[in-house]
Amino acid sequence: MNMVVLTKGVPDFREGQVSFDEDGHLERGETPTVMNPNDEHALEAALQTKVRQGGTVSVMSMGPPGYGDVLREAMESVYADDLYLLSDREMAAADTWATAITIATALEEMEPSPDLVFAGFKTADGETGHAGPQTCWAYGMPIVTHVVSLEIDPDEERLRAKRLVEGDIEEIETVETSLPAFVVADPEFEPSYRRAEHRLRHRDLREETRERAADHEEHMTVWDHADLNLDPDYIGLDGSPTVVSSVDPIPKAPAEREATMVDPERDEEMRQVFEEMAPLAGGE
Amino acid sequence: MTERERYEAVVVGAGPGGAAAAAVLARNDVETLVLERGVEAGSKNVSGGLLYAEESAPYAIDDLFPGFREAATERPVTDYYLHNLAGDRVETFDITDLHEHDTEWSDAVLRRKMDSWLAERVHELTRETGGGLLTGVRVNGLLREGGEIVGVTCDELDPIEADLVVAADGVNSELARDAGLMDWEEPEEWFQGVKAVVDMPEGAIDDRFGLDGDEGEAHLFSGDLFEGVRGGGFLYTNEDTLSIGTVFHLDSLVAEEAEPHELLDALLTHPLLARWLDDGYEEFEYAAKLVPDSKKVAHPSPHEARLVLVGDAAGQMQAQGPIIKGMNHAVTAGALAAEAFSEARSRNDPDAAGDLYERKLRDEGVMKKLRPPRYRAVRALAEHDPVTDALDAVLESPVGRFGVRALGDRLETLYGSPFLSMMVPDTRTPYVTLPTVIAEELGERIGGENDVDPPDLADRIGDLTYDVDVGNPHIEVDDDSFAASGDAVTACPVSARDFGGGCYREETVRTNGDERTVVSLDTQPCVECGTCAVVADTDWEHPRGGKGVEFRQG
Ligand SMILES: Cc1cc2nc3c(=O)[nH]c(=O)nc-3n(C[C@H](O)[C@H](O)[C@H](O)COP(=O)(O)OP(=O)(O)OC[C@H]3O[C@@H](n4cnc5c(N)ncnc54)[C@H](O)[C@@H]3O)c2cc1C
Ligand code: SF4
Repeated sequence: MNMVVLTKGVPDFREGQVSFDEDGHLERGETPTVMNPNDEHALEAALQTKVRQGGTVSVMSMGPPGYGDVLREAMESVYADDLYLLSDREMAAADTWATAITIATALEEMEPSPDLVFAGFKTADGETGHAGPQTCWAYGMPIVTHVVSLEIDPDEERLRAKRLVEGDIEEIETVETSLPAFVVADPEFEPSYRRAEHRLRHRDLREETRERAADHEEHMTVWDHADLNLDPDYIGLDGSPTVVSSVDPIPKAPAEREATMVDPERDEEMRQVFEEMAPLAGGE
Repeated sequence: MTERERYEAVVVGAGPGGAAAAAVLARNDVETLVLERGVEAGSKNVSGGLLYAEESAPYAIDDLFPGFREAATERPVTDYYLHNLAGDRVETFDITDLHEHDTEWSDAVLRRKMDSWLAERVHELTRETGGGLLTGVRVNGLLREGGEIVGVTCDELDPIEADLVVAADGVNSELARDAGLMDWEEPEEWFQGVKAVVDMPEGAIDDRFGLDGDEGEAHLFSGDLFEGVRGGGFLYTNEDTLSIGTVFHLDSLVAEEAEPHELLDALLTHPLLARWLDDGYEEFEYAAKLVPDSKKVAHPSPHEARLVLVGDAAGQMQAQGPIIKGMNHAVTAGALAAEAFSEARSRNDPDAAGDLYERKLRDEGVMKKLRPPRYRAVRALAEHDPVTDALDAVLESPVGRFGVRALGDRLETLYGSPFLSMMVPDTRTPYVTLPTVIAEELGERIGGENDVDPPDLADRIGDLTYDVDVGNPHIEVDDDSFAASGDAVTACPVSARDFGGGCYREETVRTNGDERTVVSLDTQPCVECGTCAVVADTDWEHPRGGKGVEFRQG
């Protein structure tokens, strides 16, 4: 079983990490890049398959050279065998369409060709949820989305998945498809290891990966557009049909009050507080 | 439907008993799977604890695990004292001789560090056989086919078949109960141990005890400080912490309606402890667990079909007078059970393992230590209230007091006798009356104030780490009447009368003008000690794998 997990670096939107400039635009340079949180579920689905069926997992991402850290993080969590970074100025500022063309081409380039491709549900920055299905369309294989649990029958080369219908947790259907296939893991995805041998293999893989992740660059292949035989006109910004007309920052709540900081240890400042408050309390 | 998993041997529990069994099985090329419910081995375990390597025992833990003492233990015990206390009078006996009798070495241990180290070695050894060690998996019963035991069932895994199931699951063994080999009925068959691990400033242990880095001390305490409850206190030096605790007969704890945490506080705040502790007292961890009394419960035939019980699960916990030996016997029993299976297997008769194990326990002299015949003789005579009353009356009378004075120093020698320590009756005479009279007659007043301010129960619970299995309590009260389950309100080490933050609470309910006193249970602060499995009417299980309390020290 050859598996590929697609992951993306996104700005770390957690409190305290993200920075915006005065106009409310994201300051990319100031904000650390982390693995798209939803991709964790794709990694879990791939890991479950690797542990239960064996095989290899590659992690692939498109982005600037600095994405190496994101890939290392992904390697550690999926116990990946190798990493692919699609990185090139020509690929920059791609919309989901151009991204899909690039990734699909890279998947075709892989030897041996993948049996299963995993992606997370939506990225934290674009929130479109398009890149996965578009890649799948460009590559030409069946797609199963909103997957919450997964069984593979390697002999029959089939996949059986439980998925949320319309993304609704109340409604679950079971679907089957042939391999190769594309799986979009839902945030509700729950890996299941009900056999001791699976948990033991999981433990083995963790120990093996620890060494590999220490020098992850040894296991990383970087491809640019030339390696993939891609025409720069069809990728990156030039290949993106999406036009961003403008970005509206979320307006700040208007603040009418002004705050003054006082040090409670300083009598002088506390007296001021008292004097300001006294009239409100109806005193002098 | 995929095939059922099977291993030659499944070992349940990664304490000293399970670790020893797994190591010996693996060395004999038996494909062995070890299942431990804690997030890490040791995270559920508590002992005092002095780990003994006995000269007469067929196995010691450092033979099975080279490098054990360097990596996994604290200080060795180089001096051993017993303090008889009456008020602020103290008479101290040096019982190092008793401690050294049949002892190759003895080290203080903290269980999280010890068991997690062992588990790493066990995993390496068993992985080579095709098995391995898994944490976070709770075995919840025996897998049976046509009435025969053929494996185990788990919360987290599908059923697993095995030719040998080693129940090394400790006190309150669910497997031993499932097999009908042990029950959890009689409080007099158990002790309850409570312990605090105390932080000490750098260098303070060497300074205050007068030790040099690789020396350590053990101190035991008995007398009138525990409200007449039968049992005693201990203090052991670790590398840079102290283990201070108490061990009481559970029936006595219940009868006196004593609060375990208050008894621990009575020890911590005794003037004698001011030698070592001051107002900077800081507790790392408060913990508790039941301890079986082998004299009464060590199972003479601890096996059933493919199931063997080792260690606490089989009641193999020896209280040799004041000295407590559970971990070493668990190691021996685990190794003997593994040896028995390997031999039986090589004779193509794996089902004979149980009988062979039982024979080995007897032939190696283990059973004799666990259930000394001399104790049986003494018990027949001495463990009757009238006899105890008479003995106590004599001891406390001028005649008895004169005797104690006359014996003087020779008492220390008598206390140090391994022969006598095997036959101490379970009455208040040796635990309370005699030490009190000794201290009163021979002891010296110690001056000084003890400034220790122990944390209250709410803080002790607050400092513990829990992963609560919300909506899935592991204990349920079957009969909530105060008569059936009220003893738990005081005996539970994390509950107390008039304390709302514990597990058990006394409540008054009014229905249609009727008033009833009942107990209610909240398992969230539970430290899984097992007490209420015995003293209350409950449906008692361990939490699922990885859930519940997590000890950092043990
Ligand atoms: C306060 C106190 C002081 C003590 N002092 C000493 C001392 O000084 N010296 C001494 O030798 N002994 C002492 N003991 C006794 C000693 O701790 C025990 O006898 C010893 O730990 C028994 O070892 P064991 O391997 O049988 O069980 P344990 O050490 O209890 O190990 C059992 C293991 O099984 C696991 N387990 C339980 N149920 C399941 C399940 N269903 N599924 C999976 N895993 C499970 C547990 O998590 C645990 O890791 C003391 C005990 C206490 C409480
Ligand atoms: S609830 Fe029961 S098992 Fe839990 S700490 Fe209290 S007595 Fe022990």
